[in-house]
Amino acid sequence: MSVVTVQLGQCGNQIGYEVFDTMCRDLHNTQGFCSKRENEIYQASCKEHFFNEDKSEVPVARALLIDMEPKVISQTLLKAAHSGRWKYGQHSHFCQRQGSGNNWAYGYSVHGPKHEESIMNLIQREVEEYDSLSGFSIIMSMAGGTGSGLGAFLTQNLRDAYPNSFIMNQVIWPYGTGEVIVQNYNSVLTLSHLYRSSDALLVHENDVVHKICAKLMNIKQISFRDVNQVIAHQLGSVFQPTYSSEDSFQYRRNPLGDLMTALVPHPEFKMLGLRNIPQMPENSLAYTTFAWAGLLKHLRQMLISNAKMEEGIDWQVRPPLSGLPALEKVSPNKELRFNTSIANLLILRGKDVHSADTGGFKDPALYTSWLQPSDAFCEWRTHRAFNKYEKSAALVSNSQFLLKPLDTIVGKAWNMFASKAYVHQYTKFGIEEEDFLDSFTVLEQIVASYCNL
Amino acid sequence: MAQSVVVQVGQCGNQIGCCFWDLALREHASVNKKGIYDDALKNFFRNVDTRGTGISKGRICSLKARAVLIDMEEGVVNEILQGPLKDVFDSKQLITNVSGSGNNWAVGYKVFGSQYRDQIVEKLRQTAEHCDCLQCFFLIHSMGGGTGSGLGTFILNVLEDEFPEVYRFVTSVFPSGEDDVITSPYNSVLAMKELNEHADCVLPIENESLFDIVSKINQMINSGKPGTTVKQQSLVTLNEGGIKKKLDEKPFDKMNNIVANLLLNLTSSSRFEGSLNMDLNEISMNLVPFPQLHYLVSSLTPLYTLADVNIPPRRLDQMFSDAFSKDYQLIQADPKHSLYLACALLVRGNVQISDIRRNIERLKSSLHFVSWNQEGWKTSLCSVPPVGHSHSLLALANNTCVKPTFMELKNRFLRLYKKKAHLHHYLQVDRMEDSCFTEAVSSLSSLIEKYNELDVTKGLPIHEQVRLNIVI
Repeated sequence: MSVVTVQLGQCGNQIGYEVFDTMCRDLHNTQGFCSKRENEIYQASCKEHFFNEDKSEVPVARALLIDMEPKVISQTLLKAAHSGRWKYGQHSHFCQRQGSGNNWAYGYSVHGPKHEESIMNLIQREVEEYDSLSGFSIIMSMAGGTGSGLGAFLTQNLRDAYPNSFIMNQVIWPYGTGEVIVQNYNSVLTLSHLYRSSDALLVHENDVVHKICAKLMNIKQISFRDVNQVIAHQLGSVFQPTYSSEDSFQYRRNPLGDLMTALVPHPEFKMLGLRNIPQMPENSLAYTTFAWAGLLKHLRQMLISNAKMEEGIDWQVRPPLSGLPALEKVSPNKELRFNTSIANLLILRGKDVHSADTGGFKDPALYTSWLQPSDAFCEWRTHRAFNKYEKSAALVSNSQFLLKPLDTIVGKAWNMFASKAYVHQYTKFGIEEEDFLDSFTVLEQIVASYCNL
Repeated sequence: MAQSVVVQVGQCGNQIGCCFWDLALREHASVNKKGIYDDALKNFFRNVDTRGTGISKGRICSLKARAVLIDMEEGVVNEILQGPLKDVFDSKQLITNVSGSGNNWAVGYKVFGSQYRDQIVEKLRQTAEHCDCLQCFFLIHSMGGGTGSGLGTFILNVLEDEFPEVYRFVTSVFPSGEDDVITSPYNSVLAMKELNEHADCVLPIENESLFDIVSKINQMINSGKPGTTVKQQSLVTLNEGGIKKKLDEKPFDKMNNIVANLLLNLTSSSRFEGSLNMDLNEISMNLVPFPQLHYLVSSLTPLYTLADVNIPPRRLDQMFSDAFSKDYQLIQADPKHSLYLACALLVRGNVQISDIRRNIERLKSSLHFVSWNQEGWKTSLCSVPPVGHSHSLLALANNTCVKPTFMELKNRFLRLYKKKAHLHHYLQVDRMEDSCFTEAVSSLSSLIEKYNELDVTKGLPIHEQVRLNIVI
């Protein structure tokens, strides 16, 4: 089943390119640690979801590039074409001349309605090419104007036009300081709107990925390209083909749908986080050996201690004794000691994957009381390795991972809103103070829900 | 891609404008080796064939600036039309007169304003029609004289009336204390009211600051210290063409070039590609928290690049530090000791996001930000550096340090006004009344008051606002 990737705004397009590029490189990797035949089936499965084959035999990404100004899309199309390994469709993009000015209201209320018909037609034409549509993966940032505002508008429209398809938003969480001054307003408006129409929000935090680049990848002068490549690797580790069940030799037909089923049992809880190990510079891979026991132990501790990466993990944090409520049910601004999960999905890839012991993730103490671990925990194992990592594990988690970041953004936005700073820039385009208040209410609700797990 | 139009008014406006066009051409020439009329060029230039018809793609035939040149004297505009840039402008883009405005805002605004309104609208329309997506008008003028100040602000009104959706960025040169035009305080305050009400963003410039920067560079060049030879083309004050070169190069040329560089750097991210683009509409969105507080203090670094390749380049971090030093600001102000409402860093060249983050972390503890915008930073990364540099930084700050400039202006105004000095020159102009003066100074006072209210909050402990309470 096909997954249509919608790349929105500068961020969405820059990351989208890296995602397809990473997937393509992985497909052509000879270090899959599996047979040639197996590799061929893997490639075919990936292509089924994410690429079209056309006459030229260079796979065409099932993607739509949308931006309100042309520079980034031109660059992205060019880079893909130059790679020689894949490309974007000739008519798969839509752009305008003037951007959204970092203004959510402009993206949502002006660009949205103005270009609704053209964009939806573009999507319709793309979707008609496929035998079966699984759903949409929309890559967008929250901080700017197009990805955030137009992204919220578009997600709503997609929900209305394709009620039976899954919609997942890859939401890029901006750096705490120094990207856009009104990023907290834009984020609050985006998240509150997305929550209504999206099935799941998979969040990628710039600050976290930046640290991964610095501490784990040893990159000295970190560029956005470096950050985007890490995010692409993480997404690839989730979306590349996986076997559909323990004893099956068929690759999963509907990864998007299966992901939703596994992770979003309740519509109030849609915020997903992603942790991926190991993470290291490519030239270190040859010198490192991995063991499943070690990887899984670290990943489990990262989950329960809310660690953002495989360094500086707090090993003191333990799950509460079963039967007793977690002692640390405190407000989100106190450091959350133990991270309670609603649902977790573990994706294991590589050598000896069937020998990996994932018992640690089935402990009921990790989860809320209202779901059994058998319903809350899911695992996908595939022995074809990903992106040259002999063994790798990705954890997609619906847990309190994002509670603190969310609370922080709401707090900052609220502080600014109390002084009414910048509000005139939004009311100019039809987003009134009541709309802000509605959004704040929705988000405080989400914060409270996650807090009380 | 969107386009911008430059409206240069009066002697100062046209001199600066001329430097700007010269620099813009040089910048594009160094980047655009193939001579193709690309999107970046399209921002400020049209491509026309021999008959003057526009060509939208392909090879560059003849570039015409998207500009309107207005002056009530002929001298400056004539010089431009006889100089190296004469082919960049055509007669359809000019409005000139012979008599001048006599350093009188009222003459510029009321007399020439009404006399030339239709012509002005027509020229602006023509220029706008050549754009498929006009995003911004850049108005360049001085505040102290008559044409730039009076007619310039009249035109600002016209821009708002006729093109309400297009941004209005104004570069205003404020007079210094020892200005030789006695009535410059009147002209400036009358003009400020218009800027308060009709501009989206104002970049105030003071000649004293430009002069200090020029002196600094001269000192550096003439110091004779080993290894201090400077790469000529990297000088922020350099001008090769523009106005006909005179033997005794006026210091104004160097000063004007600084302002021209400011405008070039401001628009670099919307013209050239980068990993974090910033369009002009984002400047207003991020830096103007309340409509009236739209005055932005700017600083440019580095001022030059050393030619000696054996000397290691100044550390990148030094560039960021300099941008916050009062010696690099283009007005007489010290942002470090005042309150920041917002700050934007427009970086060009070989700089990555980690460099920016490191410097923000390093600098922010020494800066005071308003309580509701503690992390008020906007950044942009443009891959293309300016000519002669490997990287550069333009910092734009919405900071209460503009207040002293405005207070000084008000005081000079009041000294004259209390004595009714020279008032008759203004009041004898048709439709000019005393209320124009009182309203103008009142507008300035209320602006100063807004900055006062913010300054008072500086240094106070920050209280977290009480959040909404949700009942589960």
